[in-house]
Amino acid sequence: MEKINLTINGQEIEATKGMTVLEAAQSADVYIPTLCHYPDLEPYGGCRLCIVEIENMRGLLTACTTPATEGMHVTTESPAINEVRRMTLELMLSTHPCDCLECHRRERCGPYDVCLRHVAVTDRCVVCPSNGTCELQKVVDYMVVRELRVSKDTKSVPVDISNPFFDIDRNRCILCARCVRACQEITGVGAIDMAYRGYAMKVATFGDTPLMDSICRSCGECMVRCPVGALTPKETFHPEREVKTICPYCGVGCQMYLGVKNEQVVCIRGDEEGPANHGRLCVKGRFGIAEFVNHPERLTTPLVRKNGQLEEASWEEALAAVAGKLGNYKGDEVAVISSAKSTNEDNYVMQKFVRAVLGTNNIDHCARL
Amino acid sequence: MTEVKSNNGNKQRTIYICQGTGCVSGKAFEITEALKKAVAEQGLQGVNTDFTGCHGFCEQGPVAIVEPEGIFYACVTVADVPEIVDSHLRDGKPVERLFYKDPVSGEAIPHHKDIKFYNMQQRIILRNCGRLNPERIEDYMATGGYESLKKCLKEMTPEQVIEEVKRSGLRGRGGAGFPTGMKWEFLRNAVGEPKYMICNADEGDPGAFMDRSTMEGDPHTVLEGMIIAAYATGSSEGYIYIRAEYPLAVKRVRLAIQQSEEKGFLGDNIMDSDFSFQLHVKEGAGAFVCGEETALMASIEGKRGMPRSRPPFPATSGLWGKPSNINNVKSLATVPVIIARGADWYSSIGTEKSKGTCVFALTGKIANSGLIEVPMGIPLREIIYEIGGGIPGNKNFKAVQTGGPSGGCLPESYLDQSVDYESLAAAGSMMGSGGMVVLDEETCMIDIARYFLSFTQAESCGKCVPCRVGTKQMLDILERICRGEGRHEDIDLLQELGKQITAGSLCQLGQTAPNPVLTTLRYFRDEYEAHINENRCPALFCANLISFYILPDKCQGCGICLRNCPTEAIVGDKRMVHVINQEKCVKCGTCLEVCPERFSAVVKVSAEEVDVPSEPIPVTAEKPQTST
Repeated sequence: MEKINLTINGQEIEATKGMTVLEAAQSADVYIPTLCHYPDLEPYGGCRLCIVEIENMRGLLTACTTPATEGMHVTTESPAINEVRRMTLELMLSTHPCDCLECHRRERCGPYDVCLRHVAVTDRCVVCPSNGTCELQKVVDYMVVRELRVSKDTKSVPVDISNPFFDIDRNRCILCARCVRACQEITGVGAIDMAYRGYAMKVATFGDTPLMDSICRSCGECMVRCPVGALTPKETFHPEREVKTICPYCGVGCQMYLGVKNEQVVCIRGDEEGPANHGRLCVKGRFGIAEFVNHPERLTTPLVRKNGQLEEASWEEALAAVAGKLGNYKGDEVAVISSAKSTNEDNYVMQKFVRAVLGTNNIDHCARL
Repeated sequence: MTEVKSNNGNKQRTIYICQGTGCVSGKAFEITEALKKAVAEQGLQGVNTDFTGCHGFCEQGPVAIVEPEGIFYACVTVADVPEIVDSHLRDGKPVERLFYKDPVSGEAIPHHKDIKFYNMQQRIILRNCGRLNPERIEDYMATGGYESLKKCLKEMTPEQVIEEVKRSGLRGRGGAGFPTGMKWEFLRNAVGEPKYMICNADEGDPGAFMDRSTMEGDPHTVLEGMIIAAYATGSSEGYIYIRAEYPLAVKRVRLAIQQSEEKGFLGDNIMDSDFSFQLHVKEGAGAFVCGEETALMASIEGKRGMPRSRPPFPATSGLWGKPSNINNVKSLATVPVIIARGADWYSSIGTEKSKGTCVFALTGKIANSGLIEVPMGIPLREIIYEIGGGIPGNKNFKAVQTGGPSGGCLPESYLDQSVDYESLAAAGSMMGSGGMVVLDEETCMIDIARYFLSFTQAESCGKCVPCRVGTKQMLDILERICRGEGRHEDIDLLQELGKQITAGSLCQLGQTAPNPVLTTLRYFRDEYEAHINENRCPALFCANLISFYILPDKCQGCGICLRNCPTEAIVGDKRMVHVINQEKCVKCGTCLEVCPERFSAVVKVSAEEVDVPSEPIPVTAEKPQTST
């Protein structure tokens, strides 16, 4: 990859050609606040927080959309930048229920504590599922905004709870369009888009129906990219530890982390390093694992039918039983059905076994059903 | 006029009816039909009925001109048709009562060329509007149309065309004023195929109709300009993006494209050269923001019309990621003239940095509303008082708003200001696409700022925070000031918001949206202070800040106001002084309007108490002398 050199805040930086100014800065650990940028989405330039000054370029430019070029001189902090950034952030906060921001007790207050300031429950950061992981909070703390010069104007529209896996609370939405771009660019579904104009703009499905009545496939790619608490899972857990694994649902091999709390799988996140999925998951992988892993009726050992009753057995026992029975049949007397949950390699071995060892072509796969 | 046959002596006459949108809404189609029918019924020989595009004098519409005399008829109705036909077209005696009357002197002016509104203008872009039939390519060709294209293709290289346009000093007439020739050069030198040439005809400013009139009145000049631009830039495909609310413009441009293709000016191997150019019409869905070039391209691509950040600029990555160029209708309409008459001629018009002419839609509190084309550098005073005929009703001038909803309001001290890109920008306003609204003393400047901001706020696409939320916050503040609920910190907050929205917004819409507020704060700060500090509206406009009173020493107890009051807020009886119940009054002003002028008993005040009785009392005022 061709390298370019540029200066950010007086610091010489080497970046790769094709990077934006923001990416170049991030690669050199220079922090520029942003809320609409997301690494695997196309640049948007809507939140206007990443504005920088670039020598010989007019006005304030968004670092997330401006390509980095050789010899560029970038300034990420200046009185002019901070003035605009602060006002933009205040304007964003004026529509966002976050009355805990200016409260000195924010760090110590829990969701069930009595609010001494009589702030409505819906306007309190501490009751938001994203409290602590909220990117807006981080930017606010970075900019040290503790009060707003503009008037608050939050909404109270009904939360869309139609989807069984996650909710859309548009009252908290900051319209960064990450969800919309994820749905269009990552999944190619396009179940949601920006609807209406100006101050009335909102994330909506076609015809503004509940999410469940749209073409949404519930993959939750939107949800994981939401910087605030507008798209949140039905239940939010903060796991004690994570276990890396591969999704058992199909042969794609999506890599994931299981979030574990009290020895139960409580949440899933995609592994961005996973070569097959780059952190992305489908509805089954993201929302369908915890329930069946933790389910009391889940099989954890093989069962062998003895005297008409299924009884727990060891793998050796079970495999011996299968091998013994298979010996009684020849060629086309037997048929084998393999599983889509197995890997491609396992399925290949199975068909090889059926054709070469059992001597039949009666092999099929459940994904054809 | 294009086609004035003189082989039949004085009897040969053609009556041209304006069929621009304004006149069409005044029943120009019906008038044309009635004329045709009447002329046919009378069997008049040598009398033709034809139509043209917009004349620009929409205030006087529907208008008609009878050639060769050049008699101008204003406000024609279907009922006037028999008289025009009998008296003028048959007997040669013009109908005097339909002449245009000068708003200042009241004098009737029969001839088109004597009307100040027209004779002070210099028409280049609108040269053919109102002078030829826009639905006939032959009319356009008879005025030398498509000769410039021929000259470019046969005698000039694309580089020479660009050089000529650069030398002419033509700057983008969409408002930003970027040199057109330079823009073309960027596209010419851009890497990538195909290249797209786009005409921005998404005119969305309230009250502006320059582009519409050009397309309706002379669509071929826009096409010719565009084909020349495509030749110069090496574009093979083009789009004219017209807002769908302009059905007549869409129809005439489509027809013009068809005629142009038939004549071989569009399509493959134009005029037997190697140059081919395909042109399409794309109808916009009516978003103001789609006038912004990146939003316009997104809209052509079928996406939501939202702007994106630049760089990359359209010249390198435009429509479908290909090199593209976008020019305004008026810029393109100028091009054929520059090629025909030369860059030197064009650059001799205007000021040092702003060459040529500019078109304005002159509206508001002005005697002659309409479309005007004037040379750059003309003082505002000349436009308003000479061409515009001044302010009606003996009212005083207060401000002029230029540049559409994103422009600024300039006070009287700027009346001698030259109209060009730099001067207007220095004054805090802008050229914009050419709206010009004149405001008189009865206009509240805060209400005007509120009005324009309500437009830009509603038209904000919503993509970026400063524009989406900031304009709403500013609008809320202006609304509360107008309601008399302004706070002391509001002026500073407006100033701060305006400054940061200007600096922080993504596109020109947001960057210029605070202009009406910032300029009124700059030039009319006292009005803001009066609203906030004294609860007083100096223009006596803001309903919450004004009161109506009936003066006991003037009221004759006639009861007209009482009968007309919509909320029954007035009490009184015969020969009793009437009293307005301030609690019930909705400040509609009906009482003031209906109170007979000889009494003039009703007064409108702001932040003033008027000493009036609380209950009706017997009339004591003497009856005013009735003038004989």
